[in-house]
Amino acid sequence: MVPISYYLVLSAILFSIGVAAFLIKRNIISIFMSIELMLNAVNLTFVAFAHQWHQVSGQIFVFFVMVVAAAEAAVGLAIIIAVFRSRNTLNVDQVDLMKL
Amino acid sequence: MTSSLHLWLIPLVPFAGFLVNGLLGRKLPKSIVSAVALIATAIPFVQVANVWFHLSGISLPYIEHLGTWIQTGVFSAGFDLQLDHLSMVMLLIVTGVGFLIHIYSVGYMAHEEGYWRFFAYLNLFMFFMLTLVLAENFLLMFVGWEGVGLASYLLIGFYFLKKSAADAGKKAFIVNRIGDFGFLLAMFLLVQHFGTLSFGDIFAQITQHPEWQGGVLTAIALFLMLGAAGKSAQIPLYIWLPDAMEGPTPVSALIHAATMVTAGVYMVARTHVIYDRSPLGLTVVAIIGAATAFFAATIGLVQTDIKRVLAYSTISQLGYMFLACGVTAYSAGIFHLVTHAFFKALLFLAAGSVIHALGGEQDMRVMGGLWRKLPITFWTMTAAVFAICGLPPFAGFFSKDEILYLAYLAPNGGKVFWFVGLVTAFLTAFYMFRLWYLTFFGESRAQERMLSEHGAAVHASSTSTLVLEADPNERVHSHGVHESPWVMLVPLIILGILSLVGGWIGVPPDLRGHNEIGHFLDPLLNPKGAFEGSNQLALTLAIVSTLTALAGWLLAHIFYFAKPELPVKLAAQLRGLYALLLNKYWVDQIYGAIIVTPLLLISRYLLKGLIDTGVISGATYGSAYTTYGFGALVQRIQSGNIRSYAGWLALGAAVLLIVTYFGFTAHFH
Repeated sequence: MVPISYYLVLSAILFSIGVAAFLIKRNIISIFMSIELMLNAVNLTFVAFAHQWHQVSGQIFVFFVMVVAAAEAAVGLAIIIAVFRSRNTLNVDQVDLMKL
Repeated sequence: MTSSLHLWLIPLVPFAGFLVNGLLGRKLPKSIVSAVALIATAIPFVQVANVWFHLSGISLPYIEHLGTWIQTGVFSAGFDLQLDHLSMVMLLIVTGVGFLIHIYSVGYMAHEEGYWRFFAYLNLFMFFMLTLVLAENFLLMFVGWEGVGLASYLLIGFYFLKKSAADAGKKAFIVNRIGDFGFLLAMFLLVQHFGTLSFGDIFAQITQHPEWQGGVLTAIALFLMLGAAGKSAQIPLYIWLPDAMEGPTPVSALIHAATMVTAGVYMVARTHVIYDRSPLGLTVVAIIGAATAFFAATIGLVQTDIKRVLAYSTISQLGYMFLACGVTAYSAGIFHLVTHAFFKALLFLAAGSVIHALGGEQDMRVMGGLWRKLPITFWTMTAAVFAICGLPPFAGFFSKDEILYLAYLAPNGGKVFWFVGLVTAFLTAFYMFRLWYLTFFGESRAQERMLSEHGAAVHASSTSTLVLEADPNERVHSHGVHESPWVMLVPLIILGILSLVGGWIGVPPDLRGHNEIGHFLDPLLNPKGAFEGSNQLALTLAIVSTLTALAGWLLAHIFYFAKPELPVKLAAQLRGLYALLLNKYWVDQIYGAIIVTPLLLISRYLLKGLIDTGVISGATYGSAYTTYGFGALVQRIQSGNIRSYAGWLALGAAVLLIVTYFGFTAHFH
């Protein structure tokens, strides 16, 4: 039996990598992927706790998160394509016209 | 007589005339404008005359309730019109003299711009004046009171492109506001103590309580007197009336001589029940009246502008009326009001005829020798001059003599007031005959001037007080001095006849008369009956005042006819006194220094500079600038850089996490 702390530590590590990548990466696709990483880190936590407490609600929550993530991916990729068409770049530092 | 007199028509017909001329007049030809204005004044006159002839069949006071204006739990005021002896007399004067002056204006204003505007304002004035006279409560009276002030303002500033005229209008309005303030305070006191503003109710309450003396009644009386002093140009608020001469001359005749300025006298007579219970109030009225009569007469001695002489004479004569009211001789005051309306309206209209003939010239020093050229103007004006000087049998003799006689008998003041009145009568005779001689006799100083210098030249060479009514080029007729058209002369003749016979309605019994007007008004104004005097005394005083007037005439004759070089010498010898009078005791300057300048300074620096700019604007601008500055500071967050947003997001999440963690820890331990 793997103790729950292992899952939580792994989840924390994955989440931190996601945050770090979210802050550091300049390519918008990479930023997008780091968001997915954070979401999945959270999913891991949900599943771990669901198994620990023998409660199915945590697993159902994961389905919801995956559905929202799929929808987000669809919308987000559409935006990215639109940005790329108009700017010919995926570097977020060059997409900064919305400022004073 | 039918059950209803339809009094409401009397003020509302001129108002309809005002609406027609005011709204459509610009597009209407002059003939229609004048027809509308004249009809709108003639109808009330005919109606008033009709009421007058049927007066014996009406039970007075007759009250017409037209509707409720204000209705609260404890207080109500209505649109109530009242006809009694006093308002009957006033109605006859206002509509009669008003109608004559409207006729005159058709000729006088014929060449003026804004003809329709002038008649619209005149009709508006008639509406408010008739409302004032007919009102049955203080509130409705106040509507008329304010309204005539408005009409006066509009008409004084009729030539509003001229700065002096616009300023004079403002001055009249503002000074009147001070008086209106007193009127308002009096009304508040009345509501507080009587719970009503109806004349009938208030006077009935006072009559039921003979023990009420002085106290709050004195306060009300004094506040009302302040209002009357503003409207009727008495000390200390008389300063607006001389400046009001900037208006067209018919306006001076109608508003600033015959009707509006007598509203204060009317009001004091109307509220005499209050004054009767306030010896102090009466004394103040009498002192103000006597003092105004005297001081205004002294200023009138040296003025050179023909209309200003008449303006000071109006102030002085109004002083007589207040003197009469102050010695409880209300009927005599109203009697003088009536005769004064005739002769002073005539004086102004005749002066207007002279000014018209001279193409706008008002300076008496460049008149002279006009009596052959303007015979009708001369003879009618002569009647008016004799009337105002109190020479028998002209109108002013009887009314002025009545006032002096009753002042002599009055317990509160008596012979001092009589003496001041007598001296004033002497001064009046002097300055009126001075005007008469300067205008109509001697060499024609106007003629060569008119012929040699046309139009603008008169303007350029004018000395101190020369005032031109309009662009002189339009007014100077190429054929020189000429008599006015008949439309102006007919009102002069009618008023001239009235100045002669108008006093015969009040011939006292001592002079074998019946004093009809006294008997007409006494039941209302003086129910206790007149003072006791003797035939001998009345006759003596009448002879004394006649001799005084003749002495004034004689002196004026010497100064301005026989030896015209004498006044110049005298003025040089008494330079200080002459300057004092010529500058009107510097009252305007004193008011300017004591009241106007400090007010302006306080307004400009304290109220505007500190309070307005500093506090009020400061608060609003300050909060705006604070918000703006904060926005400028935090707008840097909005960099447009996605990674910086991400950083803020992560930081925020971290802070939330820490706060939550430590917050919970703190909570649970």
